[in-house]
Amino acid sequence: MSDPARQSTASSAAMQAPRPIGLGSRLARWIETPEGVVLPIQLGQRGERAVAFILDFLIVMAIIFGLYLALLMAVIGGGLGGVNWLAALVMLASFFIRSFYFAFFELRWQGTTPGKRVMGLRVIDRAGGPLTPQAVLARNLMREVEIFLPITVLISGTFGGEVWQTLATIGWLAVFMFMPLFNRDGLRVGDMIAGTWVVAAPKGALMQDLAGGEAIPAGVAGAAGAEMPAAPFYNFTTKQLDAYGIYELQTLEGVLRDRRPNAAEVRAEVALRIRAKIGMDDPDPPDDERFLREFYTAMRARLERRMLFGVRRRDKHDRR
Amino acid sequence: MAIVHRAAAETETGRAPAASAGPATAAHSGAPGFTLKSTAFRAEREPAWRRLEALIARAESSGLASLEARELLRLPILYRAVLSSLSVARAISLDRNLLTYLESLSSRAYFLIYGGRSNALSAIGQFLGATLPKAVRAARWYIALAALCLALGGVVGYVLTVGNLDWFYTFVSEGSAGGRTPTADTETLRRPLYTDGRGFAERLTAFASFLFTHNARIGIMAFALGFALGAPTVLLLFFNGLTLGAFVALYVSRGLGVELAGWLLIHGVTEMTAIVLCGAAGLMLGRAVIFPGEYTRLQNLARAGRGAAVIVIGAVLMFFVAGLLEGFGRQLILETESRFLVAGVTGVLWALYFVRAGRGRR
Repeated sequence: MSDPARQSTASSAAMQAPRPIGLGSRLARWIETPEGVVLPIQLGQRGERAVAFILDFLIVMAIIFGLYLALLMAVIGGGLGGVNWLAALVMLASFFIRSFYFAFFELRWQGTTPGKRVMGLRVIDRAGGPLTPQAVLARNLMREVEIFLPITVLISGTFGGEVWQTLATIGWLAVFMFMPLFNRDGLRVGDMIAGTWVVAAPKGALMQDLAGGEAIPAGVAGAAGAEMPAAPFYNFTTKQLDAYGIYELQTLEGVLRDRRPNAAEVRAEVALRIRAKIGMDDPDPPDDERFLREFYTAMRARLERRMLFGVRRRDKHDRR
Repeated sequence: MAIVHRAAAETETGRAPAASAGPATAAHSGAPGFTLKSTAFRAEREPAWRRLEALIARAESSGLASLEARELLRLPILYRAVLSSLSVARAISLDRNLLTYLESLSSRAYFLIYGGRSNALSAIGQFLGATLPKAVRAARWYIALAALCLALGGVVGYVLTVGNLDWFYTFVSEGSAGGRTPTADTETLRRPLYTDGRGFAERLTAFASFLFTHNARIGIMAFALGFALGAPTVLLLFFNGLTLGAFVALYVSRGLGVELAGWLLIHGVTEMTAIVLCGAAGLMLGRAVIFPGEYTRLQNLARAGRGAAVIVIGAVLMFFVAGLLEGFGRQLILETESRFLVAGVTGVLWALYFVRAGRGRR
């Protein structure tokens, strides 16, 4: 959560902006960039984060184990005497490797680690600012208490004698370990301290513009040419175009972009309903694809024009 | 923007929406050559988006370092161009795919540009040269309070144990006493202060085990426990003070006070400063939770947490130095006077570092 002022700008901007796909889900949040533009983000799922951590953890273990093996070889081969200092050195190294592995990668790789990259996750600043080295160090230092300490305690079983002490220790460690399960944003204690959160890497490919065709090279827009769509077959009245709002327009966009096997049937069904709603006769034979495309284009032209004049008609129930 | 206005002039023939709601013959999908403003806008801006997309894709797969200097310079320019495209698109376009694409492209570029600095070495230099001493100076009252807790524990432990040596068993666990109890004779107590003849391996083991099992862990715990309203931090500091006070009382009662001081202080100046710093960091967290002020608790925790974490990292480094002094220095330097000298020098150096370093630099 960012500070209150930011939160309110974000939500008012959110209300002005159209709601993109996937928003309204439990993991959707807004951040404001330093340039003042509000961007939607998707929080990383707890399960994905757990898997990412396990991957990183295995890598850390592998590095420490490899180091241990290498040193063991050196001791056996070179007769450097005593395994005493070997154990000490491995302890030392494992402390530094596990403490700074995460911080190192999050600093070098813009908030990702190998495990996070595999899972498509990333650490960012909760308030929308740059991710500072302090924040990275803070969130990763906390891991020692959140995860590594509990693991050591659980493995070694050193709780301290009495039953109540054991229970208190387990309870205390559980508070830290399971913190992400107890808040909406899935923050672990390290995230709270550092003011960060973990988000999913955004995906989104640019597809063809349904209203214009994709083949309009820059600079010749507006010029008549072969790239322009053919003359429309249908003429829609204003009344017909006003049967729907933005929500329906964007649902229709989804239907037109649908490439699943049964997409043609869906389009036929949708075309039938729209024709019934706006009172348009079926031509013979009906060309649903073309009807929907032209209706989409005409409706988008109408709604976008009204938007320029300050009327953003949300859906068909919005009587504006 | 120019093309958008031109397109606007072509398609928008001055008809207000109110007027168009009149006779029901409007031909919005008009004649051939008709282009939506949002379509024209996209055609005009798309090449820049594609350029940024290609740059980002490369940076994401093989790192920012794989971009040439020229491309790196273009990255923020293209990023701002795409952000502005997004703002325009939100105002004029209803193409959901376009908006989603621009949002995800902006986010990806934002993550790259604001995703932290890539030069770890200069980050470390900046950290040691300015960030750490500044954070320590900013926390001076917390440090004073933490030091007070530790000192109070020490005084209470000392006074009680000097009065009645039985208190020693209450304050010092059997494990950490290691046979150095009031029942032991003076020679048994004295010997560990001057143990020598241990080899390199033992010193390193001692160093590593002291560093991990005890010091750094206590320090980090003192910090992390501050999350629970700071109370455990205060208690931890106080109890450590008690233990220390009890030990000192025991040795003083045998007339070994000065020798113990030399043995303790050679690394203790560094180590106790570090423990106090960790405690101060814990108190900062506790205060952030208890008195959030004008922020929510979570926001305030984030504000205090970064500064506190800086201090703890500094303290962990100090524990490292303390471990070296404890593992090597104390075994090699056996004269009490020299031990006091080392203690004094480290004390002065730390004080100079925290008071002077990074002043006047932004």
